[in-house]
Amino acid sequence: METLPDGLIAVVKRDCPTCIVVVPELREIAAQAGPFTALSQDDPSFPEGVAVIDDRELERSYHLKIEIVPTLIRMRGGREVGRAVGWNKAEWRGLSGIKTLGENLPENRPGCGAINIEPEHEARLAIRFGDTGLHSRRITLGPLEDDIEACYDRGWSDGLPIVPPTEERVLRMLSGTTRDPREIIGVIPPNLAECSVEKAAVNAVMAGCKPEYLPVVLAAVEAALIDKFCMHGLLCTTYFSGPMVIVNGPVRGAIGMNSGGNVLGQGNRANAAIGRALQLVIRNVGGGKPGGIDKSALGNPGKYTYCFAEDEEGSDWEPLSVERGFAPGVSTVTLFAADGMQGIVDQQSREPHSLARSFAGALRVVSHPKLVMAADAFLVVGPEHGRVLREAGWTKADLKEELHALLRFPARELLRGAGGMAEGLPPIPGLEDKVLPKFRPDGLNIVRAGGGAGMFSAIIAGWGASGEMGSQPVTKEVNG
Amino acid sequence: MSNQRILLDPTAESEPADRARLARPESLDGLRVGLLDISKPRGDVFLNRVEELLTGLGVTISRYKKPTFTRVAPVDLLQQISAECDVVVEGLAD
Repeated sequence: METLPDGLIAVVKRDCPTCIVVVPELREIAAQAGPFTALSQDDPSFPEGVAVIDDRELERSYHLKIEIVPTLIRMRGGREVGRAVGWNKAEWRGLSGIKTLGENLPENRPGCGAINIEPEHEARLAIRFGDTGLHSRRITLGPLEDDIEACYDRGWSDGLPIVPPTEERVLRMLSGTTRDPREIIGVIPPNLAECSVEKAAVNAVMAGCKPEYLPVVLAAVEAALIDKFCMHGLLCTTYFSGPMVIVNGPVRGAIGMNSGGNVLGQGNRANAAIGRALQLVIRNVGGGKPGGIDKSALGNPGKYTYCFAEDEEGSDWEPLSVERGFAPGVSTVTLFAADGMQGIVDQQSREPHSLARSFAGALRVVSHPKLVMAADAFLVVGPEHGRVLREAGWTKADLKEELHALLRFPARELLRGAGGMAEGLPPIPGLEDKVLPKFRPDGLNIVRAGGGAGMFSAIIAGWGASGEMGSQPVTKEVNG
Repeated sequence: MSNQRILLDPTAESEPADRARLARPESLDGLRVGLLDISKPRGDVFLNRVEELLTGLGVTISRYKKPTFTRVAPVDLLQQISAECDVVVEGLAD
């Protein structure tokens, strides 16, 4: 950009009533106040009667960091020495030195928003005229390449189309966080590659995220890297599991997540895109791909995306985040090494003991009816089942206690060969007289979610290597 | 504004941005070789000679032909070739 001349500069647009009102004053300034330049953002024939520089490309407005029109600027020696934003009689008189300027105008008249800061222009201008600070390698597409096919060809997709990560989209995505794009949020398995905030943002773009989802995505990636979660092992296992994200706290409502009807299904952008972004970070930054290090025999549909919000508003119980030690009102993500979902139907129970027995019967078959203390589980209690428990005054702790009591089995029934099934516990001396719990003490988790009609709940079984030997649920606060 | 489209690399950038061609096989031993005639004049002469030489080396050959050189190969032909061959030779010019 050429250097702007010394003297006064007025940045205006025709589509601004205040700019139109001050046209006589601009003519007076042009005639009496020395060197004067008008920059028009939308129409080089405006304002009439003064020399206008066409700034429809918005380059000069971008460099001058104009936010409001009209803006009057005094330049001296190539540097800005004064600025008035909108019409202000005293300021404009001071900058122009014309003591009678705007006699018939009010003291103040606010301006209008400048075109260069409109959302559709801001990122484009930063790329074209500024230093974006983006550090990712640029991939130039061939002239005949289709954008989305190009992303497939480079192996960036999970199988579904991705949003091509242009510089504009990534810049807009990064506006969703106050964190430095270069900040390293951790090393992603299996390749132990460093992941910057920017790389997470690139993958969030591809997953379909809005900028306001980015803090949740960053928290989910950070949570996946907590040692207890064992993301590396989870990725490599032949088991079904993949990372599932449960979101708690006010961020759920702020970004429009679903905790109600079809909560574990399709249709909500935030639920869908956040879970997918985590998987794409693991795929693209970490290099974890099926057929490569991901050795899952069957996988599960949640490995595309697996993210939902807890229905805190519909629940009389403490949210999962509070149970896990975070203050009420704090937004969190909780990650669980999860298999697919198994439904529980009980349309008859009207009192909690019966309902708990239904839950226990269904929970017993997690991984295998004879395997115990292996896989954790999440029980997702639907609203109608929640009502039965609430009306009986049962807390979450009451339900857990009842389920743990119901889910204890004589070891002899669980041994290999028992019940005509070869699968089972190894014949350790002294074991067969014991009674064993289905779940390890922290292995059964309960959340509330789902739509209001239907006496249903759901089990999300966990990795067979749950607990200290493998993966434990982890929770991370969502920060800006 | 140029029409050049630029994307940001979502990966750890541990591989070259330009995608490499598949490596050429060291030998044809045990590989299934296809010969694709794109229907250009005398392409068959060239491919017949290639077949003669390769067969003499003990290589098993499958022959394929595009209906016309003016259009890309039909999808079912592409799928058939990719299912049946490890390596393909085609004659591209008159």
